[in-house]
Amino acid sequence: MQIEFRLPSLGADMETATLTQWLKKPGDAVRRGEAIAVVETEKGLIDIECFDDATVAALVVAPGTKIAVGTVLAQLDAAGAAAKPAREPVSVAAPAGAGVTARPPAVPAAPAAPASAAAAARRSRLSPAARRRAHELGLAPEVLEQRAAGAILHVEDVERLAAVTAKATAPPLDARTAMRNVIGTAMARAKREIPHYYLGHTIDFGAARTWLQRYNAALPVQERLIEGLLLAKAVALAAARTEGFNGYFRDGRFERASAVHVGTAIALRGGGLVAPALLDADRKDLRTLMHEFSDLVGRVRAGHMRSSEFMAATITVTSLGEDGVETLYPIINPPQVAIVGTGRVTERPWVQDGSVSVRPLLTVTLAADHRVSDGRSGSRFLQAIAELLAAPEKL
Amino acid sequence: MAEQTAAVSPGPSEHLNSGAATAAARMTYREAAREALRSALQADPRVFLMGEDVGRYGGCYAVTKGLLQEFGPERIRDTPLSESAFVGAGIGAAIGGMRPIVEIMTVNFSLLALDQILNNAATLCHMSGGQINVPLVIRMATGAGRQLAAQHSHSLEGWYAHIPGLRVLAPGTVDDARFMLAAALACPDPVLLFEHIFLYNMEGELSAGLAGVDIDHAAVRRPGRDVVLITYGGSVHKCLAAAEQLGAEGIDAAVLDLRTLRPLDDATIMDAVRRTRRAVIVDEGWRSGSLAAEITTRIVEQAFYDLDAPVARVCTAEVPLPYPKHLEDAALPSPARIIATIRQLLAKGEA
Amino acid sequence: MSAARTGAVTRERGLRLLREMLRIRCFEDRCVQLYGELKIRGFLHLCNGEEAVAVGAMQALEPADAVVSTYREHGHAIARGLALSPLMAEMYGKESGTSRGRGGSMHIFDASKRFYGGNAIVGGGLPLALGFALAQKLQRQSAVTACLFGDGAVAEGEFHESLNLAVLWRLPVLFLCENNLYAMGTAIERAEAQTDVSAKARVYGMAAASVDGMDVFAVEDAVREAVARVRDGAGPVLLELRTYRFRGHSMFDAQLYRDKAEVEAWQKKGPLITLTTRLKALGLMNEEDYQRLERESGAEVEAAVEFAERADWEPVAQLERFVYAEQARG
Repeated sequence: MQIEFRLPSLGADMETATLTQWLKKPGDAVRRGEAIAVVETEKGLIDIECFDDATVAALVVAPGTKIAVGTVLAQLDAAGAAAKPAREPVSVAAPAGAGVTARPPAVPAAPAAPASAAAAARRSRLSPAARRRAHELGLAPEVLEQRAAGAILHVEDVERLAAVTAKATAPPLDARTAMRNVIGTAMARAKREIPHYYLGHTIDFGAARTWLQRYNAALPVQERLIEGLLLAKAVALAAARTEGFNGYFRDGRFERASAVHVGTAIALRGGGLVAPALLDADRKDLRTLMHEFSDLVGRVRAGHMRSSEFMAATITVTSLGEDGVETLYPIINPPQVAIVGTGRVTERPWVQDGSVSVRPLLTVTLAADHRVSDGRSGSRFLQAIAELLAAPEKL
Repeated sequence: MAEQTAAVSPGPSEHLNSGAATAAARMTYREAAREALRSALQADPRVFLMGEDVGRYGGCYAVTKGLLQEFGPERIRDTPLSESAFVGAGIGAAIGGMRPIVEIMTVNFSLLALDQILNNAATLCHMSGGQINVPLVIRMATGAGRQLAAQHSHSLEGWYAHIPGLRVLAPGTVDDARFMLAAALACPDPVLLFEHIFLYNMEGELSAGLAGVDIDHAAVRRPGRDVVLITYGGSVHKCLAAAEQLGAEGIDAAVLDLRTLRPLDDATIMDAVRRTRRAVIVDEGWRSGSLAAEITTRIVEQAFYDLDAPVARVCTAEVPLPYPKHLEDAALPSPARIIATIRQLLAKGEA
Repeated sequence: MSAARTGAVTRERGLRLLREMLRIRCFEDRCVQLYGELKIRGFLHLCNGEEAVAVGAMQALEPADAVVSTYREHGHAIARGLALSPLMAEMYGKESGTSRGRGGSMHIFDASKRFYGGNAIVGGGLPLALGFALAQKLQRQSAVTACLFGDGAVAEGEFHESLNLAVLWRLPVLFLCENNLYAMGTAIERAEAQTDVSAKARVYGMAAASVDGMDVFAVEDAVREAVARVRDGAGPVLLELRTYRFRGHSMFDAQLYRDKAEVEAWQKKGPLITLTTRLKALGLMNEEDYQRLERESGAEVEAAVEFAERADWEPVAQLERFVYAEQARG
């Protein structure tokens, strides 16, 4: 009977070889264990042996040919009768090693990737990138979560949802309008839930201005302090010393914060306001605070805020700036319990030591949560700010 | 293999010029590695090679075939089976002014020399206050997939990448197999170079006009928008295969070849993560305490807010590699597992 | 050591030993073919030419004795008494293999026969053997641990550390160095400054001798005497069994490092020819006996191949089992 003599695999990583030389020709007898041909592999020339007592019937592959493992090299006629039943040889293409009679193992379907830990169901399901995008667009995460109904939200989802937040007939919301909506929602909530009381105090800002001019004279433009920063530091120190103005009102009670992070309102180009925090403002010197403030402004305008910076403020300071009116009555940012506002510095008549002079005056107002503080402590708080601003060199 | 030429950057890793820039050619990874050795031996008389069966046998994986005949027994040295002794000797020779290339037959046997590698090669510079440096290159075959069973199938690159004082490289392309060696020899510190056994037979393009490669940067082998596959060595082609298949379904996967495992190229990794916002690390080490775990942590440290999904990884199952093919295949990273992981990553809703 | 006590050369003993060696030879040759057909994968290291070492040594051991071996262990395993069917199934990687298919050719284990591998790291088994011997000593038992290794292992630090410790602690280890003159492709004279392995053992204070590993009678006699000494509590012994490997280090070996003429010369004085010639010269066997024994061995090997072909693969779902010890099943 005919036997197909095939190129054997000689090594774990052998895939091909080149037939170099036949050691037998048609008609020759070959014995089991005898070398029948020489092949060249990466490792060198190797003799390949025959496993049967047979006669060579035909040589199929010519010397010099490169062949794959399993290729038929020659046809042999087996000597004698009872030859082993030919088993289906394994083709190189499917090296599963399965014999005819054995069932090959079931090829595993793409195994289930390990189940990730179940996220805490109550927490927000926005990805970090989505959360940041939401802030950039002025969308409240809570609003988005409601709409998402349990799914995880990614950046594309936030952008899509921002587009549909607009009224049905209106064109897609621009970021400005979207932000206004967010602010509106927050302010409505503040007015609804927080019993505000208001106190105002006018102070002579002259000392501060003079000191500031002298301080800035020696500095390059980009390092100069702004007036608002003096205010922020003064508010921070006052808040650290006075109970009831630094912290959060949550779950029906006031949580005093040990650190003082002053939220500083920064106007965005194109409208809208954000109030990221200057962290530990009571502990840092003015120069450091100015650097951080400049950095905040830059990043806010470029849209590179970290959510921790939005969430971190324990009290806020806001100002109308150079061309606003004299007095500002601000609304508290929940869950904070106080906010300090200032109007424009104006030159006005002022009585000092019995005589009238023209002084730069600043009206500082406090809006505070009556559940946590009252007029007396509010008054102490504002007076502390005034005192601190009267001695700017000590800030 | 679809390949991109790695950028050649000037700087401390600039290698000894290994001769004229190459013409484009097709060759196997094995041939490229052999050419790299020949070039190095020709370029610098301080370079010599030692290891088990590198000379008369021609190398366990036939990489060094013909080198003994060309360079002689002084420079191509067959060693006894004494890993600790000849790796230690390589360290001493390097300190003493030579540029030895030590071949440890496979990473599996390197454990016998672990004390020399860690306590001497990696540590002498520091212990001597910088007086001594060890310009030694150790080449090792690594990886699994040939049914060589538990003691011959390790991927311990991640272990070595853990050790300060070492540099660890994983060439995954023909260009890198050809040129990383020269850069490694130019490095004043010990360099471990891992050649995955599955890559030896693979054919690829040697880029035209290439005179060298740097060993400091990862390389994007395939750009993509939706997810980045971060991988190295023997898993690069698996990632490319997976990306190819996913591409047909409209999922655009990038493939980043780490190339250097210590130090890792954080900048390139984070850039790739930021562009795609989803990362899957494919690493042939066992899952727990893998290099993939290290890279995941770095991504969390440096690009947390750029992620749209948790970092995923495809590693080897936590079992000594079994001999039968179907079990070995199930244990190792494969295009099928990579694809399944990506699909799950892109799914919305409850994981 | 004194001259080995020579056991009687009888027809019964001669044919028994011949049969054992033929079983090994048939098994190994069949493996070559199966490997070429991709039924056996990975690395395959065959012991053609070294059958006398396996058979002679195992004949001299008791069932309670332990055996530690290398990746060239098929002959040792067969001579130790492992059945051919589960052995072949292991070569295939099937679940009914000796290691459930998990280990393959290089990792043959059978705890019931105290056959502890099947170690793929050269020299890696020697410290293990010390451990088995130490346990015996501490438990006041009298089993001997036979530790087989090649000339390549002599270069590894573990060889020196193990010999030293075995003598120092007087451990019942029989070190059997199967010196086939090549460590993969490296000839012993190019790896060892001192090529006399038994001399190295003597330096550690160990009794040692060299034996003609092609003569199965000589091997059995030498091992018997050595085992008796070790079992008596005289401390470890090393025997260097000088033999030769007819095939390459593993399947994929072009054998560039040695001449074909050298191989052919050794094949002419191989263990089967040596024994057959001697028995025929003594009139204790004829050619018919040889043919019959060869046929029977061939048939036994074929039956093992059939068993392996039909055997099942282990389900993939079991992949992560057996990494740690499981509860004994009742």
